[in-house]
Amino acid sequence: MSDPMRIRAQVAGDRATVRVLMAHEMESGQRKDAAGKLVPAWHIAEVTATHNGKPVLTAEWGPGVSKNPFLQFVVKGAKAGDKIAITWKDNKGDTRTDEATAS
Amino acid sequence: MQNRRKTLKQSAVVAGLLAASGMFPQYAFAAFNKTAFEAKTLADVLKAMGAGAPVESKDVTIGGPDIAENGAVVPLTASTALPGVKQILVLVEKNPSALIAVFNVTDSVEANFATRAKMGQSSDVYAVAIMTDGKVLFAKKEVKVTLGGCGG
Repeated sequence: MSDPMRIRAQVAGDRATVRVLMAHEMESGQRKDAAGKLVPAWHIAEVTATHNGKPVLTAEWGPGVSKNPFLQFVVKGAKAGDKIAITWKDNKGDTRTDEATAS
Repeated sequence: MQNRRKTLKQSAVVAGLLAASGMFPQYAFAAFNKTAFEAKTLADVLKAMGAGAPVESKDVTIGGPDIAENGAVVPLTASTALPGVKQILVLVEKNPSALIAVFNVTDSVEANFATRAKMGQSSDVYAVAIMTDGKVLFAKKEVKVTLGGCGG
């Protein structure tokens, strides 16, 4: 299992700015190892965000997203105490969900 | 004739049926669009996404550094103030696969995203907004990547 995500949701007015740092290798599939063989791609393919259990955002990512990816988005109609949960799934089928409380 | 778009449409229908019958647990929430992520150019990506020809628009914004010292971490933002956005795409033109990320926008989030991308070399970066009415708008910006130790 991979390391937890760092999620921060900051409320300003009726919207919350959510910043997420995920821990993932994001191997591009272009790099070669010491033996000259291509390292197979290993990246987060799908990201889902929910606001109090309701899905608000889905994203599809390719291998071009940086290692330990950062994502920022703005949720409308959010208030302090709301739960923001992020789920990612990589192309090897590994998945992780973390939740944060907006403040 | 059975062209690609038709095939895609049909497979989407089949996938929908499978999802409805609970036969499709793994990919129920979003099917990963492999073709789009393997496409090399903006035109190919949009074709794979089933979108039409793009029009440059000042209502779409792409943000990023003018000069990125480290091509492994280039902060990019893509946003639009227009209503009725379906998807926001972020692309780096000269990468081995141009498409970086696709954001499926809902009513509950603003069409304003920031993430970090890898860039192999100096290139134009694109933010593409696919609207619900089928319009495709884009904005581009040149980002120079300084590789190696001199740091510009």
